[in-house]
Amino acid sequence: MGIKVDIEKCIGCKLCVRSCAQNAIEVVNGKAFIDTSKCNLCAACVEACKKYQAITITKEARTDAIDLSEFSNVAVFIEQHDGKVAGVSYEMLGEGRKLADQLGEKLIAVLLGNEMQQAAEELIKYGADKVYYVDDANLTTFKDDTYAHLITQFVNNEKPSIFLAGATAIGRSFIPKIAATVWGGLVADCTKLEVDPEKKLLLGTRPAFGGNLMATIICPHHRPQMATVRHKVMKAAVKDEHRTGELVVHKVAPGTINERTTIVDIVKTVESTINITEADIIVSGGRGMGKPENFALIRELAEVLGAAVGASRAAVDSGWIPYAHQVGQTGKTVCPKLYIACGISGSVQHMAGMQSSDFIIAINKDPNADIFQIANLGIVGDVMEVLPELTKAFRAKSGK
Amino acid sequence: MNIVVCIKQVPGTTQVRINPETGTLIRDGVEAVVNPFDEYAIEEAIRIKERVGGTVKIVTMGPPQAESVLRSAIALGADEGYLISDRAFAGSDTWATSYTLSGAIRTLGKIDLIICGKQAIDGDTAQVGPGVAEMLGLPFVAWVRKIEEINDSKIKVERMMEEGYDVVEMPLPGLITVVKEINTPRMASLKGKMRAKSAKINVLNATSIVVDPSRIGLKGSPTQVLRSFVPERKTGGEKISGEVPVLVEKIVSTVIDLGVIK
Repeated sequence: MGIKVDIEKCIGCKLCVRSCAQNAIEVVNGKAFIDTSKCNLCAACVEACKKYQAITITKEARTDAIDLSEFSNVAVFIEQHDGKVAGVSYEMLGEGRKLADQLGEKLIAVLLGNEMQQAAEELIKYGADKVYYVDDANLTTFKDDTYAHLITQFVNNEKPSIFLAGATAIGRSFIPKIAATVWGGLVADCTKLEVDPEKKLLLGTRPAFGGNLMATIICPHHRPQMATVRHKVMKAAVKDEHRTGELVVHKVAPGTINERTTIVDIVKTVESTINITEADIIVSGGRGMGKPENFALIRELAEVLGAAVGASRAAVDSGWIPYAHQVGQTGKTVCPKLYIACGISGSVQHMAGMQSSDFIIAINKDPNADIFQIANLGIVGDVMEVLPELTKAFRAKSGK
Repeated sequence: MNIVVCIKQVPGTTQVRINPETGTLIRDGVEAVVNPFDEYAIEEAIRIKERVGGTVKIVTMGPPQAESVLRSAIALGADEGYLISDRAFAGSDTWATSYTLSGAIRTLGKIDLIICGKQAIDGDTAQVGPGVAEMLGLPFVAWVRKIEEINDSKIKVERMMEEGYDVVEMPLPGLITVVKEINTPRMASLKGKMRAKSAKINVLNATSIVVDPSRIGLKGSPTQVLRSFVPERKTGGEKISGEVPVLVEKIVSTVIDLGVIK
């Protein structure tokens, strides 16, 4: 695959230069020159040069077949917010360590940040053999193009065989861009990872159709084998003060990154500080709460349990709580250790978002509510009566 | 403003059934619909067009019958429908799909904005939007819940994050993926439906778009499905009813036994 200028045919008319949206063409010494790093093979210039037919795009089969043996080791992307490593990243380290041990390979942690040297070193204690840390003043917050550029560079330099990242808002928005660039295989939102140590293959299992079907996906002929991984499914790494490893700090060469997006503002809308995708316990309310004031009962129970507040689509659509709290197919997918569904009847869409929770308690006055089909403990009762008493009981236990 | 919306035909959500023996989807008799997240993309494109003028082109990749989702979009107010259909595209994963869509979009002339739904409800990957953006060399913002400003050269949007939203500015042309919160899609008017019925659908195949034949379909797809299976259904545990104090005590003891509270 490539683009070529036949200099015999080219007359240096610059029609191609004008046609190029990527600014990839210059006329040098009277002949068109195409910068292939900018060219995206859109063929606009081929069209512009119809008269002289000096530009051709060849579409032969891939001749640069990759040598799979060049790729080794397991890499994990370490997500950070405001200089603090995200919880999901410890899960990636825990799982990555396990896979690396099974393969007899190294675990590499990749961190993009600013003045995070100490946190970077800590990653070794959480299981990394090597930490690839890029330190730059521009890396305090997530930036689409910058992240994609630096992680693509990491992949090209370090050639990991496996690359894992949390299936977070950030991970799921920029990791696909890297897979697109390097022609890697990417499996979204995995809930289980395994390796075949013989073939050095990653087997990523993931839910599709809102959890109604599971698929195990492999990437046999391309590298890296990439996966985004759902929160709270993998076990977080445990700190080992005695572990040793290597920290390599990289700097960003000035002017090498073309960041096209600008973050104008960052606004927090969740009511509590607990992120529902990272919470161990979620107390969730639905239509059965009746009216907005009653939603306070959900918040009170959540507070005493140290839980996050969730909601069904019905509660969000009624305006009782912001969309950021919605659990289900059109909201967030969660898998806490404990999910308490209050006044939620259990639509297929809602259950798709929470059925993989470790333990589900459902409180509903309708004994035939669908939610009871997946609840480990079903409480047939009126939420308006049960919740205040429940909060009181937990408050008494915790002494709050 | 020239807007392209990428949509997918999916089985109607609640009707998904799985053959428990083979673990495969039963698609027979299942109505195909526009992926719900793509409905928000179509609606947003039409709203922009109504505000600033321009055209809305709808692109879908799929079998010949996927034409019906293009007509649904035209009924809502889109101008043109493009069906990318060829046996050579069969077996495409998200990489090959992104690649094929980007090759098709290159044939559509000048584009200012591409809008996709955040993900399709069958695959749930959310990978094709960013894939298309990257392959076209366009800037990209995911999870857009609101367009604050848009003009010929830039767009300012709100991007949903786990704990709130970011306000992000991006030059155009560019690509965004949208979430449900962005709008409430309209219903098709009778006039729109009539127009859709007679609209010409443009069909693109592997030779009429800009692609390398070795990178499409199964051959171009890095990932392969090793197996699919129906997950073990939770069967539901104990269900109790009774006086409130009894219920409360049961919940408290269960939660304490789980050891989840600190």
